[in-house]
Amino acid sequence: MSIEVNGKSLEVDEEGYLANLSDWEPGVADVMSKDDDLELTNDHWEIINFLREYYEEYQIAPAVRVLTKAVGKKLGKDKGNSKYLYELFPYGPGKQACRYAGLPKPTGCV
Amino acid sequence: MPDVKKLMYVNRRAPYGTIYAWESLEVVLVGAAFDQDVSLAFLDDGVYQLTRGQSTEGIGMKNFSAIYSALGDYEVTRIYVEKESLEERGLTLDDLQHLTWEDEDEDWAEKESIRLVDRAELADVMSNQDVMFNF
Repeated sequence: MSIEVNGKSLEVDEEGYLANLSDWEPGVADVMSKDDDLELTNDHWEIINFLREYYEEYQIAPAVRVLTKAVGKKLGKDKGNSKYLYELFPYGPGKQACRYAGLPKPTGCV
Repeated sequence: MPDVKKLMYVNRRAPYGTIYAWESLEVVLVGAAFDQDVSLAFLDDGVYQLTRGQSTEGIGMKNFSAIYSALGDYEVTRIYVEKESLEERGLTLDDLQHLTWEDEDEDWAEKESIRLVDRAELADVMSNQDVMFNF
């Protein structure tokens, strides 16, 4: 399977996650969100960028409750709760946001 | 509160060359979602899993050592390292990563995760566990 981003064909796995982390560019999130009928706002990008930084540091896509806590610490309590994150990413902040960010499926997502 | 079990993951092998260290870490991270009382123990060659400055370029495996520093986020806050195992390998705590966790109840105060224990102390801790996973 693959998706088309800016004229390039990028390989994805059966659940839609990028096969190669290094293929990521912002256009990946644009294309994936369009497929989900979701319009990305700055609030979405804040979380996507947060996830990319988290992965850069820890080499792991955080489980959703870990993400929630980490967001709360970095971006404030009003954002570090599952209601806020689920409103942004209705398919599950861990899974959906990680997919847009080009990360693997979160470790510890049950 | 439902039954909280005391789970200990015991790591005895070097990080690469076999899949044990990586598998253990994955099980810990997945298991952390279940709100159990989790601790980790590193002894024998397992202490090498926590060493600083690992490089896997030559062996074509993912360097997963950075993940240990995420354990605090997963509420794994007790990491026992056996003193004798370090000494037998000419290592000290300074050779290991500095692992911490942040206490939400104390305004995210940073606390040490690693506890250096001798063989007898570790045996004591082990005898208090409900379940042990050996890797």
